[in-house]
Amino acid sequence: MGFSATVGGTRHVFADLRQLLACATPFRSGDALAGVAAASAAQRVAAQRALADLPLRHFLDEAVVPYEADEVTRLILDSHDAAAFAPVAHLTVGGFRDWLLAEADAPALAALAPGLTPEMVAALSKICRLQDLVAIAAKCRVTTRFRNTLGLPGTLSIRLQPNDPVDDPKGIAAQVLDGLLLGAGDAVIGVNPATDNVDNLCRVLGLLDAVRDRYAIPTQTCVLAHVTTTLLAMQRGAPVDLVFQSIGGTQAVNDSFGVSLSLLAEAHAAALSLKRGTLGDNCMYFETGQGSALSADAHHGVDQQTLECRAYAVARRFRPLLVNSVVGFIGPEYLFDGKQITRAGLEDHMCGKLLGLPMGVDVCYTNHAEADQDDMDALLTLLGVAGVTYVMGVPGADDTMLAYQSTSFHDGLYVRAALGKKPAPEFAVWLHRMGLGDRTPDLLPPAMATAGLL
Amino acid sequence: MSAPTLWRDLRRFTAARVALGRVGNGLPTAAHLDFQEAHAQARDAVWSKLDVPALQAALGAQVVASAAPDRRGYLLRPDLGRRLAEGTVLAPRPGCFAIVVADGLCATGVQAQAPALVAALSAGLQAAGWDVAPPVIATQARVAIGDAIGQALGAAMVAVLIGERPGLSALDSMGIYLTHAPRPGRTDAERNCISNIRPGGLSVAEATAKLLWLVAAARSLGATGVALKDEQPVVPLLEVERPFENAADPPVFSEVSQPDGR
Repeated sequence: MGFSATVGGTRHVFADLRQLLACATPFRSGDALAGVAAASAAQRVAAQRALADLPLRHFLDEAVVPYEADEVTRLILDSHDAAAFAPVAHLTVGGFRDWLLAEADAPALAALAPGLTPEMVAALSKICRLQDLVAIAAKCRVTTRFRNTLGLPGTLSIRLQPNDPVDDPKGIAAQVLDGLLLGAGDAVIGVNPATDNVDNLCRVLGLLDAVRDRYAIPTQTCVLAHVTTTLLAMQRGAPVDLVFQSIGGTQAVNDSFGVSLSLLAEAHAAALSLKRGTLGDNCMYFETGQGSALSADAHHGVDQQTLECRAYAVARRFRPLLVNSVVGFIGPEYLFDGKQITRAGLEDHMCGKLLGLPMGVDVCYTNHAEADQDDMDALLTLLGVAGVTYVMGVPGADDTMLAYQSTSFHDGLYVRAALGKKPAPEFAVWLHRMGLGDRTPDLLPPAMATAGLL
Repeated sequence: MSAPTLWRDLRRFTAARVALGRVGNGLPTAAHLDFQEAHAQARDAVWSKLDVPALQAALGAQVVASAAPDRRGYLLRPDLGRRLAEGTVLAPRPGCFAIVVADGLCATGVQAQAPALVAALSAGLQAAGWDVAPPVIATQARVAIGDAIGQALGAAMVAVLIGERPGLSALDSMGIYLTHAPRPGRTDAERNCISNIRPGGLSVAEATAKLLWLVAAARSLGATGVALKDEQPVVPLLEVERPFENAADPPVFSEVSQPDGR
């Protein structure tokens, strides 16, 4: 079935939902690369008008990636909760936007989440300005627990990201201490390994767990290895708090990552069986990012933002503690500049939150993108206002292993102070006990100076 | 080294930007401008070019170009960087080991390190009985151009040495991607990666040893990628107070993909 709208006396026709969504998407380089972007500004707004008039129910009848060919589509449609969907079942996409801005509140949105599909929230985002993306996300409440409580109102958490180019334990430990001194680490202390060797994985897991245990830090640790490597580490008895995996929005992109829903389910079950969480059992950590499916030639002609939302359907199946879009990491061929990165970060955050995820954003850019620190400050501040669950903390914003710029520990302090946000409550108590509540001492706290880690 | 007692002592243990100080919640002026300077240099490095004649003289290689028309086209169209320019001809050499030296997202590190690595790698491969094809230099190239080159040569395996995206602290990093039975359409999950080869990162000798190990393992397995696990033991770097020591099963490995010119 086709769709159409008339703009400036010209009738624009869209062959199917896939094309309608792609043409309605605010411009970004990845959709141009895929050849699915609107050909003109007029065609784009025509698609937005047609999309606004589309009933939300339609998304249950037309899949953008064929049901038979894709396990992510099957997951989305087979797990749809019709009862949860009922309160908005009569609305169009445009009516949904109006309802969200005018009437929706946190309890209603929490109840609604299982009734929304990724494609519905993707469609919504395409007719939202930045302020809508912020305002709607700010209404959502998603709370998760492992050794602390993330996502409470008035909190903003930080993933401490102490990456080292060769996984040198001293280099990692020094960065962990630096982050703790600057109030970071309540979301997770999480290392991207330079190599995914299981021996190495176990060694870094042991180091992080030793630091956490020694200082009795109410947080969780993670080494962001491939899920198959983490499974092996768990078999060897390594201290795995969270299982990490990069995921995408189609079966084919997940194939390219070497994962499937069944493999993720196996890893989830293994992590649950360890029972290492003290306050809750959210034990998965996922990363996503617009453009990954196109990068793997696994996009099925669907625009990158819609596919990103489909990755969130994979994530929510496993009740994760943390999900973040690594929004500016992928490069200028997908998100060209600060403007595109900013919009994508706010889209990803709102869409993830509406689908019920504890959504963080890696506010970041690479050196081949047209972006700089000013762009990051703007996006970080907007995300703080939008109620982002967590952002990254990297020493001086410079990740020396992954060779990109993310937010710094200082940035975390800035955004918390500017917006009156606090760390996760259990972590805030710990910071206070360590004398790190609101200042960083020149002298290391005695416990840290004598820990034998350095 | 003595145990750290001051915040600034942390700097002894890492090249990361730790112990920068704190003014309110912000960076002290000098640290802020240090960052701006590093970013400016990295931006310029993205636009650096391979000195092809010099590299060709060092490697005895033939030179090919990708289908990308220029640097901007390369940045915006990775698909063109994965394909060979129209009309490229490579003499078939069935069953060989192919080595590709590619500029990727920054030419500096490849320019400096590829000659030594290619020499060590070729010697090691020949000692292991491989027929090593003369290296191929590829410009405006992404990792997957190795698939096209490998297929044209009929190579059994291809190693692509490629410039990694410049970071603020590393403008000179090279990565290596190993692909068994290369042909267009291979996914990243079918490759093994060694990254951060640079002064201060992984040395050329360490990278060569690791690559030779992976090549041997890939040959006996008949595959690269997530199916190939690195069973090389890791040398202990630090005794923590509670070291992890439940190593019952054989260690296993899978390399992650690193940011680079894919």
